[in-house]
Amino acid sequence: MTGPERSTDGTDPAAAAALAELLLALADDDLVIGFSDSEWTGIAPLLEEDVAMSSLAQDEIGHARALYELLAALTNDDADHLAYDREPEAYRHARLLDHARGDWAMAIARRYLYDSAKSVRLEALCDSSHRPLAELAAKIRREEVYHLLHVETWLERLARAPGEARSRLLAALEVLDPDAGSVLAPLEVERVLFDSGILPISSLSLLHAWHARVDPTFARLDLPPLPATVLDPARARHDHGEAFRWLWGEFTSVRRLDPAATW
Amino acid sequence: MVSSAAGRTEADIRGALAAVTDPELPFLSIVDLGIVGELEVGPGRIRVELLPTFVGCPALELIRSTVAERLLALAPGADIRVEISFTPPWTSDRISAEGRRQLRLHGFAPPERLGQATAPMALLRRVPCPHCGSRRTELENIFGSTLCRAIHHCSSCHQPFEQFKPI
Repeated sequence: MTGPERSTDGTDPAAAAALAELLLALADDDLVIGFSDSEWTGIAPLLEEDVAMSSLAQDEIGHARALYELLAALTNDDADHLAYDREPEAYRHARLLDHARGDWAMAIARRYLYDSAKSVRLEALCDSSHRPLAELAAKIRREEVYHLLHVETWLERLARAPGEARSRLLAALEVLDPDAGSVLAPLEVERVLFDSGILPISSLSLLHAWHARVDPTFARLDLPPLPATVLDPARARHDHGEAFRWLWGEFTSVRRLDPAATW
Repeated sequence: MVSSAAGRTEADIRGALAAVTDPELPFLSIVDLGIVGELEVGPGRIRVELLPTFVGCPALELIRSTVAERLLALAPGADIRVEISFTPPWTSDRISAEGRRQLRLHGFAPPERLGQATAPMALLRRVPCPHCGSRRTELENIFGSTLCRAIHHCSSCHQPFEQFKPI
């Protein structure tokens, strides 16, 4: 029944249900970071960053759309319906993305922690037994190179700056660090995902790979080490809180005016 | 053997596709941009795959519907399918020599060849200026006015210019 070589054609109901949960988590992550990035359009500290954050937002929401479409094809649903017609409690993004917008240091710290984890996850998904997901991951990975280039430059710039920039970065990391591991925390359906080859590398191995990449950067920039704790699946992507409820109100507001409108 | 749909050959269909341009780069044909993937022509049916440049490209739906309209006009009554595919993933290496020439002609620096490279940083430095050819240029922003562009400035002719990103 199981084995990484078996393709996922939806005939095994447990594997299909697990795949749907994974796709929802991946899509919700990109949708929420995308809308958080778009909050900077018009108010970024530099004109160049207005352009950059708007592009990043467009990329992320584009990734979310493609992932919701994979999910919609699987469950006979519709991407817009999946993205916008759920109550806030039903979203499955990582709690790293639940914090309020904050200042520029917060935006950079959040993007760095998210993008570094997302790249590790994408590399693994390029070998997923669910071919449409593997193909999409390979495409998204090429775009992520630019996201990392952007955010690594900013992380270094803030970390090496004397005075306020560095202290604001440290304050942001203090808030975000406990939730940093939530992006790669195992889902409740981890076992099925791994056995069916949908997730070809276990979440624990992904977390290790992520630390191996991020920890030396933090050490080099003299930033406090990230906690190595593995978040409980029940905590990592549930109970989103007030800041997300506000963001949800914003990004669903047009849709809720008239859910049946066509564009 | 020549496949045909409503009496149209594959060459006719490729010709019609070559006349569709990218709305964000209206001088550039989608064939030269390299986003036309698999093409199947059978009796009474045409299936074309489009390979998005960026996953979130907002022009894609317009390109898709334009392709469908043009093919229907070419082969009325045929079963026409225009599908989006990520296999093979589009890369800027798919832009043709003519596409690169058109980009330069319209003031864009074409993307340098990536080959197997994954880190594009080297390909973003000292990009030849499309106006004067100088390599005394500086990268201003790896993001630009559309997802596929980066912004540079030329220290020789003092002009800003856009580069189609190597990706």
